[in-house]
Amino acid sequence: MKTPVMKAHTRSRQAILDALDSSPTTVPPLPELDVQQLTTFDDPLGQFIQSLAFVGGEAHVIDRPEKAYEILSGIPAFSNAKQIASVVPEAVQGNVDAASFEDPHALSGLDWTIARGEFMVAENGAIWVDGETLPHRVMIFIAQYLAIVVPRGQIVCNMHQAYERVGKVNAAFGIFVSGPSKTADIEQSLVLGAHGCRKLQVFIVGE
Amino acid sequence: MLPIVQHPEAARPFVTDENRSPWHDSALWFVRSKRDKQAASVPEWEYLRSVASGIKTHTIAHLPFYLREFEKNATARGAVVHWAKDAAEHNEIVLSILRANKTQRIVKSKSMLTEECGLNHFLEDNGIDVVDTDLGERIVQLRGETPSHIVLPAIHIKKEEVGETFHDHLGTDQGASDPQYLTEAARGHLRGKFLSGEIGITGVNFAIAETGGFVVCTNEGNADLGVSLPRVHIACMGMEKLIPRQRDLGVFTRLLARSATGQPITSYTSHFFGPRDENSELHIILVDNGRTKLRESDTFRSALHCIRCGACMNTCPVFRRSGGHSYRATVPGPIGSVLSPARDASQYKSLPYACSLCGSCTDVCPVKIPLHHQLLAWRGELVGKGLLPWSKRVSMKFASALFQHPRLFALSGRIGRTALRILPHWMTHNRLNTWTIARELPKPPRESFSQWYQRNRGGESKLDSRSDSGNPTMETRR
Repeated sequence: MKTPVMKAHTRSRQAILDALDSSPTTVPPLPELDVQQLTTFDDPLGQFIQSLAFVGGEAHVIDRPEKAYEILSGIPAFSNAKQIASVVPEAVQGNVDAASFEDPHALSGLDWTIARGEFMVAENGAIWVDGETLPHRVMIFIAQYLAIVVPRGQIVCNMHQAYERVGKVNAAFGIFVSGPSKTADIEQSLVLGAHGCRKLQVFIVGE
Repeated sequence: MLPIVQHPEAARPFVTDENRSPWHDSALWFVRSKRDKQAASVPEWEYLRSVASGIKTHTIAHLPFYLREFEKNATARGAVVHWAKDAAEHNEIVLSILRANKTQRIVKSKSMLTEECGLNHFLEDNGIDVVDTDLGERIVQLRGETPSHIVLPAIHIKKEEVGETFHDHLGTDQGASDPQYLTEAARGHLRGKFLSGEIGITGVNFAIAETGGFVVCTNEGNADLGVSLPRVHIACMGMEKLIPRQRDLGVFTRLLARSATGQPITSYTSHFFGPRDENSELHIILVDNGRTKLRESDTFRSALHCIRCGACMNTCPVFRRSGGHSYRATVPGPIGSVLSPARDASQYKSLPYACSLCGSCTDVCPVKIPLHHQLLAWRGELVGKGLLPWSKRVSMKFASALFQHPRLFALSGRIGRTALRILPHWMTHNRLNTWTIARELPKPPRESFSQWYQRNRGGESKLDSRSDSGNPTMETRR
């Protein structure tokens, strides 16, 4: 790893830590979660699809990955797209090889990114995307449209199970996407497609 | 010397704007209602609140341990961890990173910490082009204003006004006010800024001691886009943002967006663990800026639990009607009225009084900060520091004497009831009596409550206040 141009600035480090150390407080230990109290769902997939719709995403349950391409081809935004980058070639064969670029700025014209999701979270419609699967993390945010392909069996009920599932992260980046990108900064009117993807398609693949 | 904030005066233009004040009130009540729906949809909501509060209490108590842990783990993953004792040092560190990288343009996502440190002004004074990329923040930045709310920075601005601002700065059609159209214009404008930004700056929602990673939550994806194009990412965080373990995130990510805007989770919850690749840099700045001092106070320590969701603002009847700018503080509303006097009691002495003690903020706080108790405690502190205005001090002394002498109390009651009946309007309604500025006085009754009680109930229970055997009113009714 290259050494950063600017070294750590620690002039006040000791003074801050000394001040903190000098006023110790005694409190109860770190609470442990009682899993009995946490909501789970009898039909997590149904709940996921409902949650995803609530946040503005669209779910498609398909049996084979190639079906994703068929469904996408029916959407004008996809059939007219010029630049498609895919990290899920078994579902969609892209025409931009993101890995071949060194500079992420080269991806500024992406119309679509097809990403791989590791698992789904039923309570909020979020999907975990592991940074290791992406040649450039900007692919998730810069494309006009985003599709995520996720295996049907990979689902958890809530965020507690989700972090258990994430476990120790080796990648430098990972993200829960519960898109599309949205804003309500103008008079609380919800507008989809703020800076990131305008729409989010989720393909849930498996028998 | 900074000007002393008098909330009632600062709030006057907003409160007296007959359209804006109710409009603002209902916009925030809409967000509060969405929060209620989300909270009700999670059966273990109250349980999560107590766990979150317990985690924060523990972390703040063991802050030096977790800070060292975090620094060690973040450094091991390739980040550079800096320490800043105050706003000035924080700003100097940011500038030195920019200078070391010979940068002129930065893209910045929302961060209350950099607002608190006045980073934008500082960098602009040093010739750096600063672009706020959150849509609401960009709107207030183009208007030369500051955010009026920590989650909804432009909640005080009407869409027609956004239209005018965008017409002036981005060349949108004159008179356009459609949010979809305006957002699209901002999207195009900010794309260019993202692509030309040389360094990305973000805040931090949660930093995890166990992994040395941190989490940034946005709906727009602006933080993520802002830091995944440039080679250098600077993350600025207050020291209280730490949580011990990765699994604790399960609790906080469930509470944050639901409390803030009534969403089940933000669109993007990004986890950063070290720089992007071997050519990139990740700098994390740990900022004290008064947090150590706040931690020393048994009364106000739990204000450091705050995860900046803004729920206390959305529910506060004073905030909703007076607007965020009336607090003249980076963090307005109930939590801001606790934090600001801790920074400068004299400057912000009127803020703990911008509160009706209704307790709604305490009820919605996802990390169980006893906000209205702390606001009341502040009033006591301010009296102790001799910071109460002369008018309040004298009237409080007078009231205290009155309540200690029953005869005097009865006499002044009689005088008051008579005086209110016979005095001309100009004697009661003038600039010496601020209470009557916007209200008429009630028509006084002929007799006092004591007189009425003596006449109607006096014969039976003889004003025995210690008799708790049943309700005397019910008995006399029989």
